Amino acid sequence: MRWIGILPLRLRMLFSRGRAARQLDRELEFHLDRQVAENLAAGMSPGEARAAALRAFGNPALLRDQARATWSWSTLESLLRDLRYSIRALLRAPGFAATAILVMALGIGANIALFTVVRGVLLKPLPYPNPDRLVTLYERHDGGGSLGQFNPVDAGSFYEWQRSSPGVEQMAMVSPFMKYNVSTQRGELPERIDAGWCSWNFFSILGVQPALGRTFVASDDESSAQATVILSARFWKRRYAADPAIVGKTIWLDARPYTVVGVLPSWFVYSSAFGGSNIQAWTPIGHDAPQDLLRTFANHEMIVAARLKPGVTLEAVLSHLAAVQAQIKKSHPDPGVHGAVNGRTMLDDGVHNYKTPLFALLAATACVLLIACMNVAGLLVARSAARARETAIRTVLGGGRLRLMREGLVESALIALVAGAAGIGIASAALQFLVHFQPDMHRIESVRIDGGVLLFTFAAIAACALFSGLISVMSTESKHLLGALQESSRSSRGSHSRALFRKTLLVLEVSLTVVLLAGAGLLLKSYQRMRGTDLGIPIDNTLTMRVSLPEARYKEPAQQVAFFEQLIARVRALPGVEAAGLISTAPGQGWSGDSLADIVEHPLRPESYLDAHRRGADPGYFAAARLPLLRGRIFASDERLAHANVAVISRSAAQQLFPQEDPIGKHLRFDFNHQVLEIIGVVGDTRWDIHEPVMPTLYAPIYGNEYNSATIFVRSPHNVESLALLIQGIVGQLDPDLPVSDVMTLRDTIGKSTLDNQFDSLLVLAFAVIALVLAAAGLYGVLAYLVTQRTGEIGIRMALGAPRPQVLRLVLADGLRPALLGLLVGLAASASTGRLIVSMLYDTRPLDAGIYAAVAATLLFVATIACLLPAWRASRIDPMQALRTE
Amino acid sequence: MGKPSDLVQGTLDLLILKTISLEPMHGWAIARRIQQVSGEVLQVQQGSLYPALHRLEQQGWIKAKWNESETGRQAKFYSLTAAGRRQMEAESANWGRLSAAINIVLGEA
Repeated sequence: MRWIGILPLRLRMLFSRGRAARQLDRELEFHLDRQVAENLAAGMSPGEARAAALRAFGNPALLRDQARATWSWSTLESLLRDLRYSIRALLRAPGFAATAILVMALGIGANIALFTVVRGVLLKPLPYPNPDRLVTLYERHDGGGSLGQFNPVDAGSFYEWQRSSPGVEQMAMVSPFMKYNVSTQRGELPERIDAGWCSWNFFSILGVQPALGRTFVASDDESSAQATVILSARFWKRRYAADPAIVGKTIWLDARPYTVVGVLPSWFVYSSAFGGSNIQAWTPIGHDAPQDLLRTFANHEMIVAARLKPGVTLEAVLSHLAAVQAQIKKSHPDPGVHGAVNGRTMLDDGVHNYKTPLFALLAATACVLLIACMNVAGLLVARSAARARETAIRTVLGGGRLRLMREGLVESALIALVAGAAGIGIASAALQFLVHFQPDMHRIESVRIDGGVLLFTFAAIAACALFSGLISVMSTESKHLLGALQESSRSSRGSHSRALFRKTLLVLEVSLTVVLLAGAGLLLKSYQRMRGTDLGIPIDNTLTMRVSLPEARYKEPAQQVAFFEQLIARVRALPGVEAAGLISTAPGQGWSGDSLADIVEHPLRPESYLDAHRRGADPGYFAAARLPLLRGRIFASDERLAHANVAVISRSAAQQLFPQEDPIGKHLRFDFNHQVLEIIGVVGDTRWDIHEPVMPTLYAPIYGNEYNSATIFVRSPHNVESLALLIQGIVGQLDPDLPVSDVMTLRDTIGKSTLDNQFDSLLVLAFAVIALVLAAAGLYGVLAYLVTQRTGEIGIRMALGAPRPQVLRLVLADGLRPALLGLLVGLAASASTGRLIVSMLYDTRPLDAGIYAAVAATLLFVATIACLLPAWRASRIDPMQALRTE
Repeated sequence: MGKPSDLVQGTLDLLILKTISLEPMHGWAIARRIQQVSGEVLQVQQGSLYPALHRLEQQGWIKAKWNESETGRQAKFYSLTAAGRRQMEAESANWGRLSAAINIVLGEA
């Protein structure tokens, strides 16, 4: 019960310490006075009495301190005192304080920003109930390269899986590739939106409750049902002004009426490896998809989302489904049918493209932070060197080594704290910038500074403080007290060990900088290669835009052809248009489906069928695109509708199918609809995506062959963007309810698809530059410090006849040696870790001699400049002055 | 009388507790009383007295109060707490056992 009694005392000690101190003084004074009085009574004179009393009393200051040492909270008191001293010391050296804080703030800020992104994108679970039970299922097509590993599923296989999958609670099909024309209803413009088809139970699998209305029920998912649609919150707010009575209203998609049955909550975003984050409307797949698509085993347009039963693993489900799929392949031996399955968690599905780049960036920021901490540690060591005499005196007077260490730690903790606060500011600014720059990144909506991030911040601050403080404090040696106390320190072994310490730090800093520089160099080279990649056609001054004719208004192929022909004729008539054509999908603008084809004249084995992109083109397209004709001819204008069974193939298709013979006149048969086309010409290759290798392509006439959507391809001698509005006007004249979408130049297309790579490489380059500046500053600091320490020695050398250039070379070599060592270590480290970012590189090998040479040259150049100033100053030392200051 | 012997910290605490168990006293009076009662054998150094007093106060064995002293000036008077009284009795008993044991050993030798 003692502690209850002493509680009031403890509180008094904490809050009115000053008063207690004054009381102690009075107590001691009282004692002294009584002693003096006793001495006077014993007969001494007043002076003697006082002197004798003081002698018996002892040192009042020491007495006071010893009494105070027994008080509670004394550790806290000395900690607060250390804090006050540190603040004063930092305010006295504003240059050092500002530099250290700024350097560390940059490092901490970058790490906080990136950690927030990594946490939001990769680590946070999906916002659905029991998200670890959600998986995405695919088929595997081993002949399809990397894209075939997670291949979309065909509806036929899906229904088989649904029939026999014991470990799965529910599964649903999703097709996030759809687009719909939304018609004008109240005078607003028609627009084309991204949409998704899904099974009726898709939202209940995820566990998403609608914000308005309801989600689909089984009866919606039939072809005979009334057309229903569920809107995304963003679309509802934007186009329908958040109309609270939207449920039950009709909207027109592709010129057909759809009843709105519900609106999704605003936090809901569907992220998958095939996109979907921009889906504005969902419709039931059983109703909207063509019936043959729902029965085929060879056409793969679906992603399967599934919720596993509790306790069931993904592997178990996959092995079961593998057996089912193998059976399907056996009973449908079509080459378009795949025989294996694959799957991953839904979280992994959405973000796996970002894993490597994000972790690479995180490693880069960690490097920068390490360099920053080492720089600050170096600065602290320099400061402690300047205060060596003060420290020595304090140690001699009885200050414990632990106390002095604690003071050093408090100082670095203070710097880290202020830097951390500034770092949070930098991080939130950087995050705003990121959200603005990359709004399409998956799960960008969950990137937020929250409690977890703040916790990370504190941990980072503490780690920095400990790291910088400990290594700067450990460098002080109490063994060399005597040397520190002496005026002249010619045998300055204490400063030598400090210098060695700082040099070691420098080697590490330089090696980290080299790693960052190498990484930045590789990414930049990869990006350059990517930008320089040929799409197959000249891309300057080209404009593309898409129109899609709704089946409800353009039922007959003749109607579609008539529209397109009128459209392209009017576009060609515009002033400023050099050439124009129609193509179903332009080069660089996406996959747009592939088809398998067999040669009629000498049939191939099914595994060797040609897997080609099928495109529709009008006769004028090839000239507009400047796609070179290599053999044969282009379509004639009467090769359309019923007479449209001709094809122009690309060079790679010709090489694959007809390596030794002339392809002209041969016939190809398509596997999915058994259509036979005669080959009439061979043109050059194009790429469907700037990152991917060339794929064989086949062009059929777009006037016929059931093409109801097309890309208008326009080439102009200059200023092609100005034509966009004019062309949209032409479309509007021909059909006021027809929207135009994806208006962009080919250069924009490439820019959009290389945006990620550009962003990553620029970011790493920025880090590398920061690291280089920090390393150079560190190098300069160490060398300047060394020169100051060795002033006497240099003076003696000069007095003994050493020429100035020799002194310059001496000091320069001393500074460049750690830089060189750091370079070698850094290059070795880059060589061994380069493998890790291979997936981010395009046409660039991680062990690139050119890049390494460039990095080495840059580093040596910067290092030489950093060392030059102190070395030059050393060579300018007047030996007389140097010797006199000893 | 030989040189005054140094007092170990634990025994100083015990002496202080015993001295103020009869009546509250200030530091000067405690030192004087110990000196007197021991016949000038035990001299308490000021350097150990006040740290001991403050430590005992922080630990809760004694409590302090400012009062008017015999000279008319204000002084800090220390007195025992209940816990302090129990501690004093326990320490006294310990000391008795310890000194008896030492005496036996010395008697043997």
